[in-house]
Amino acid sequence: MKQLMLGNKAVARGFYEAGCCIVSSYPGTPSTEVTEEAVKYDEIYCEWAPNEKVALEVAHGASLGGRRSACCMKHVGLNVAADPLFSISYIGTDTGLVILVADDPGMHSSQNEQDSRHYAIAAKVPMLEPSDSQEACDFTRKAFELSEQFHTPVFVRMVMRVCHSQSIVETRDRVVPPQKEYVKDQSRVMLPAQAKKAHIRVEQRTKDLVEFAETTPLNRIDPGSDHSIGFITSSTCYQYVKELFGDTYPVLKIGLCNPLPVRKFQDFAADVRRIIVVEELDPILENHCRMLGIPVEGKSLFPMVGEFSQTLIASCLGLSAKPFQSLPDPIPPRPPVMCAGCPHRGMFYTLKKNNCMVYGDIGCYTLGSFAPLNAMDLNVCMGASLSGMHGFNKARGPEYERKTVGVIGDSTFVHSGMTGLADIVYNNSASTVIILDNSITGMTGHQQNPTTGYNIKGDPAAKIDLEALCRAMGIRRVRVVDPYDLKATDEAVKEELAANEPSVIISRRPCALLKNVRHQTPVQVNTEKCVGCKACMQIGCPAIAVRDGKARIDTTLCVGCDVCRQMCRLGALVRPDGREN
Amino acid sequence: MDHQVKNIMIVGVGGQGSLLASKLLGHLLLKKGFDVKVSEVHGMSQRGGSVVTYVRFGEKVYSPIIDQGEADLIVSFELLEAARWLPYLKEGGWIVTNTQMIDPMPVITGAAQYPDQLEKKLAEKARLDALDCLSLAQQAGSAKAVNIVLMGRLSRYFDFSEEDWLQSIEACVPPKFVELNKKAFALGRNYVSA
Repeated sequence: MKQLMLGNKAVARGFYEAGCCIVSSYPGTPSTEVTEEAVKYDEIYCEWAPNEKVALEVAHGASLGGRRSACCMKHVGLNVAADPLFSISYIGTDTGLVILVADDPGMHSSQNEQDSRHYAIAAKVPMLEPSDSQEACDFTRKAFELSEQFHTPVFVRMVMRVCHSQSIVETRDRVVPPQKEYVKDQSRVMLPAQAKKAHIRVEQRTKDLVEFAETTPLNRIDPGSDHSIGFITSSTCYQYVKELFGDTYPVLKIGLCNPLPVRKFQDFAADVRRIIVVEELDPILENHCRMLGIPVEGKSLFPMVGEFSQTLIASCLGLSAKPFQSLPDPIPPRPPVMCAGCPHRGMFYTLKKNNCMVYGDIGCYTLGSFAPLNAMDLNVCMGASLSGMHGFNKARGPEYERKTVGVIGDSTFVHSGMTGLADIVYNNSASTVIILDNSITGMTGHQQNPTTGYNIKGDPAAKIDLEALCRAMGIRRVRVVDPYDLKATDEAVKEELAANEPSVIISRRPCALLKNVRHQTPVQVNTEKCVGCKACMQIGCPAIAVRDGKARIDTTLCVGCDVCRQMCRLGALVRPDGREN
Repeated sequence: MDHQVKNIMIVGVGGQGSLLASKLLGHLLLKKGFDVKVSEVHGMSQRGGSVVTYVRFGEKVYSPIIDQGEADLIVSFELLEAARWLPYLKEGGWIVTNTQMIDPMPVITGAAQYPDQLEKKLAEKARLDALDCLSLAQQAGSAKAVNIVLMGRLSRYFDFSEEDWLQSIEACVPPKFVELNKKAFALGRNYVSA
């Protein structure tokens, strides 16, 4: 049956068709929907793991257990999973193990633009690169076959534009290979003596895969009528090249981007006069050509940064741009914002008011860095807020311990914040940790995690008690505060910053967008009392505007969180029910 | 429609429901036998940011995205967003827009101004079809139906029958919202500009 499918959904379909039984992932844009779609198949056991390292280890264990397995992550998640990755490459696998990694050229929703193809090369793991949804499904199925044929985990590498584009997919039925017997084999124990033998096997495997790469239809040549130019490309760039030139020039389309074939490149090069390599991010195909002594143009024409498009490629090749219209007026940007009623708002306002140095982390709350709150000094990666703050405090001493906080979400804390907290306790800094507990993994679109009490299917699950956990780790000062209550939040921040020992503030309020969160009546403006002083606008709520010198509340957005009312000293903001939180 | 690839952009503010609009359009175009590609933005920019969806269809579609000067039609959920994406419109293309205005954060904080008389200015640069979709959606029973009101209006630019569109609505929205959405669709489709 033909269906219009998101690239990520097509990968999940590929899991299904390949008879994959176990998927363990950590959410991360643009990869998240793969696992969310996979869980809709009752035949596939899916879970949200606490982080990507755990996810890969779970998937590998499941493959060792004889079932086709997969794990999914975004590009930066692969950094977290890199430790098991390199060893699992050595150990190999008898039952299909697929690692889906989604890169984000253009950084639509990421902190860097790293190119995951380097990991395939470094860990000596084959990598497939689909260019549309049909290939996403077919290549995923193929990845399981290759995994078993060559006894290796296999990457499927997507980019945001393939993940989040829908195109037509012809589906197939599910075929489940029989579960293999588990046989103890001590060559899997990675002690030096075994690992040395494993490395030799891995190098031979790569040689075998290069031979495979010469003949597999995964790497194919689209013929062209004009051989004055030949394009070498892969992934979504293939679509842009075809969009521009159709069948005019021959195209070497690479579907297996690691390891790369040799003769196939040489033969293609011999057949065209000028060779242009089109690839987003790093020059991996281009460098392969150079290594083979093939003269190509690539990054001399195209940028190393950002996402490509047909127009960008055309302009880099000196083709004229299409005419277009624009308005003379400056168009104000519309950056993403914290939603109306976001529980993080009250906390970030408090941190700004107290002039705190805020060591940030990865999540919705990173939006606290934007105007008007501007309440974040930096963020690095998942979990770095706690360990980074500890190091900062060690360098600057008590004066800064009294004004520095690390802020981290509930999911991020479990992902990799706990180890930082262990360091704070063990190596004793009077650091103040704020866990922004909104009872969900927010930024990626509401995924459950070990602190929410629900599993990926929404069924009740064991729930980690954050207060008990922090106390068990040796924090004596653990307190919970409601960030909708500005006074209580301010007191908590002031007292814990002043404390001469490590402390944890759990700022607890569920995300206002959660389905089970009941919204209150919108706040109203008493226009008699409002003088248009804009005090209420310091919290950066998208539901508040000032028009004609008076505050105005957008009642379609306001959820009645009441934070703005606490900002108004004139009593001009009121709740229709008169209630105060 | 001929075999040439047609380009439609759906633009708006994160949370306005543009994903349902593109789902509906994609469903219909697939049913009509076209090759279709729809490209969306998920994640961070959904949080009240500027969002864009590209819909391309024809006999064979390669690129999933639409670039400057390429869109046959821009469907906009908000006036400032119509202005933002105007450069993507092809010469002679149409803008179908909701007249709603939503202040972006730089305007809320006073760092920037919402341009005035946008409707008039857009009409000078493009063929403009503007309507107050929010009122029509409220008339249909829910402010959230703005997206379907716009789809109703968009249907005027296609040769497909009303029945085709309604079938796609039935296929794409939960059963309990079908009647509301059909009403919203009709209000957009049959709207007569003053």
